[in-house]
Amino acid sequence: MDVRSQVSMVFHLDKCIGCHTCSVACKNIWTDRKGADYMWWNNVETKPGTGYPTKWEDQSKYNGGWHSNGNGRLRIKSIGKARIVPNIFHNPHMPSMDDYYEPWTYDYQNLFNAPEGSDQPTAEPISMIDGKKIDVQSGPNWDDDLGGSPLYAANDPNLEGLTEQQKLQLSSVERLVFFYLPRICNHCLNPCCVASCPSGALYKRGEDGIVLVDQKKCRAWRSCVSACPYKKVYFNWFTGKSEKCILCYPRLETGQAPACFHSCVGRIRYLGVLLYDADRIEDVAKLPDDELVEGHRSMILDPHDPEVIANAKKCGISDGVIEAAQNSPVYRFVMEWKIALPPHIEYRTLPMLFYVPPMSPVQASKEDDVIHHSSDNLFHDIDSSRVPMQFLANLFGAGHEGVVRYALAKQKAVRWHRRAETVGDIDRETADRMLREADCTREEAEEIYKLTALCTYEDRFVIPPMHREQAIEMMKEPHEHREETGFGFVGGPQRGM
Amino acid sequence: MSQHFLDQFLFVALPYVCLFTFLLVTVARYRMQSYSYSSLSSQFLENEHHFWAVVPFHYGILVVTAGHLIAFLIPRTILAWNSHPLRLYVLEVSALAFGLLTLVGLVGVIVRRFSNTKIRTVTTFTDWLLFAMLLLQTISGISVALFHPWGSAWFASNLSPYLWSIFKLGPDVTYVAAMPHMVKFHIVLAFLTIGFFPFTRLVHVLVIPNPFLWRKPQVVRWYRKR
Ligand code: HEM
Ligand code: SF4
Ligand code: SF4
Repeated sequence: MDVRSQVSMVFHLDKCIGCHTCSVACKNIWTDRKGADYMWWNNVETKPGTGYPTKWEDQSKYNGGWHSNGNGRLRIKSIGKARIVPNIFHNPHMPSMDDYYEPWTYDYQNLFNAPEGSDQPTAEPISMIDGKKIDVQSGPNWDDDLGGSPLYAANDPNLEGLTEQQKLQLSSVERLVFFYLPRICNHCLNPCCVASCPSGALYKRGEDGIVLVDQKKCRAWRSCVSACPYKKVYFNWFTGKSEKCILCYPRLETGQAPACFHSCVGRIRYLGVLLYDADRIEDVAKLPDDELVEGHRSMILDPHDPEVIANAKKCGISDGVIEAAQNSPVYRFVMEWKIALPPHIEYRTLPMLFYVPPMSPVQASKEDDVIHHSSDNLFHDIDSSRVPMQFLANLFGAGHEGVVRYALAKQKAVRWHRRAETVGDIDRETADRMLREADCTREEAEEIYKLTALCTYEDRFVIPPMHREQAIEMMKEPHEHREETGFGFVGGPQRGM
Repeated sequence: MSQHFLDQFLFVALPYVCLFTFLLVTVARYRMQSYSYSSLSSQFLENEHHFWAVVPFHYGILVVTAGHLIAFLIPRTILAWNSHPLRLYVLEVSALAFGLLTLVGLVGVIVRRFSNTKIRTVTTFTDWLLFAMLLLQTISGISVALFHPWGSAWFASNLSPYLWSIFKLGPDVTYVAAMPHMVKFHIVLAFLTIGFFPFTRLVHVLVIPNPFLWRKPQVVRWYRKR
């Protein structure tokens, strides 16, 4: 057993209000630079919708992720040892700027410098790349809140496998529905971006699992951009290097939550350590689609189990990290309650960001102009929710509804339990029956309720001690570098020589 | 007499200056500014004409460069191969074909850079100078192939010894002194390009990825000892 620790995440979609505060926090800190101007390491999409870059989930277009051929071989879809020769000069599946958007600003100077005339001067949009005027056709979040749009929502790749009737429902005016999907790099256990890099520039940090691009080793071969099925590696068109979400590791190392987590208005984000068995990565990544969610869970180890603790210590994991794993909110959502699911696990990168699937409005039935919301089936609003279960299953269950239904049913049971407790319009007996049917106890329901609704900063973010100060001392002697400019880059990164 | 000095300058002094510049600057740049080693791909900004420019150029230049290297390293094998006229023609025609492929690709690269304003903003003066040198080099190479035929034969018999004499630090210009002007131009420009190489994007040729072929798929870096 090769025990490793991973800083993992949960996004509780039921709480996301789509405010984009997270995206802006990230942009201001990390990507407000030339060449990175179009990047949104954190972005928030409206689902159903086409996302950013456009239709990123359509792997027939982008060819991202791993392919398992069923008899024990796992290969990257977009590149391989033989295909590197033709692919390195021109990467056939690489998205180009048109798939994201051309960043622009406004010609504010014109407001001051325009010659006198009969019209008010305007600040026209100009490209941030060549400074030319552009006719803005799309941008990030162009389809914000456009659930039901025939241009965006109707082209969501997750609609595959839905009946025509379900698709129609999604776009009929009385019933249209949408929810938000905030996305960052998943800091996967089997990252395709890392495996695809010809130069070995990408790597996973052993201690915390954060996936990074070594800027000094990246040579702009662009394999990672194509290989990541989530399109979370971006190509900096100015410096000629790939860049990605760094999970704010400088903040984590000083005990602060990443900026998007810290600023999240809906408090939907949780961060904590998971211990896992690295020996099993390859085997799990090869499992058939319907066993992937379970297989992924089965790699994650119980941090309270004495055997796991002993092995973790043997593998050099410090007591502080083990303690953080025991208090991890992510462990509870993913492993104890099983209501947080990995996105598109069928890409086989084993993502370590999990989503609690969102509840959605009930599909009412109409009889004689009276709208009915109730039914004999206590979970009718889940089985006939306005977002078809198949759609959520395509996102969070590799197409299989079971795990998604389980997560939704439990959430609903928790709500009814709380209603029975506080509002009283539901009798205790019904609430208990629901809890039973949802595989939940009263105690568990209380805990889910607390961590969902009443969570403090300390509840949401259990940041392990990273001991980076000790790690650096092992490689460099800080006293030797006193009064220097520091180690690392000498001079700022620039394009070419 | 002055011709003698000119030959000494162009084919002895200049090659050494260029080769040493190449060696010193590539190493220094790699050690001090490894960040600047990048192919500086522009595919992200323009993905339609990219394939038709970059790919033919690279296939062309790689084969042509490899051909020059082989003739330099194993001249005798080439001469033996050429002993049969048919084989000589096949070699010459394919060399010319790859030369033309390089030219087509290179013109494509230049036109693409010039006509697309987005890519022009990421093109530096050094890039333009490099493209001009490569273009002249390719054109002179093709005209040598056309007007001074059977280069594969005389390169192996006359130029290889000259190049070897440079590397063995006993330069002997008698082999090149008698060469036509176009060939001399091609040689001088080749050395100039080598000297200019470390200051340009061409350094990407030196960092072509090899670890990929034997490393394990996943890369993990530990800060503590394991
Ligand atoms: C040995 C293997 C080589 C590899 C793997 C390689 C790879 C690359 C790559 C990935 C690019 C970026 C293309 C883009 O996306 O814009 C590039 C550009 C370039 N390479 Fe190479 N290259 C190699 C050899 C060479 C050689 C031998 C030369 C010439 C002497 C050369 C000259 C150039 C030039 C001039 C460009 C710029 C093209 C442009 O303007 O787009 N390369 N190379
Ligand atoms: S989400 Fe993409 S970029 Fe992030 S670790 Fe996974 S494969 Fe790599
Ligand atoms: S800040 Fe939080 S609530 Fe707002 S969009 Fe981002 S994830 Fe959703």
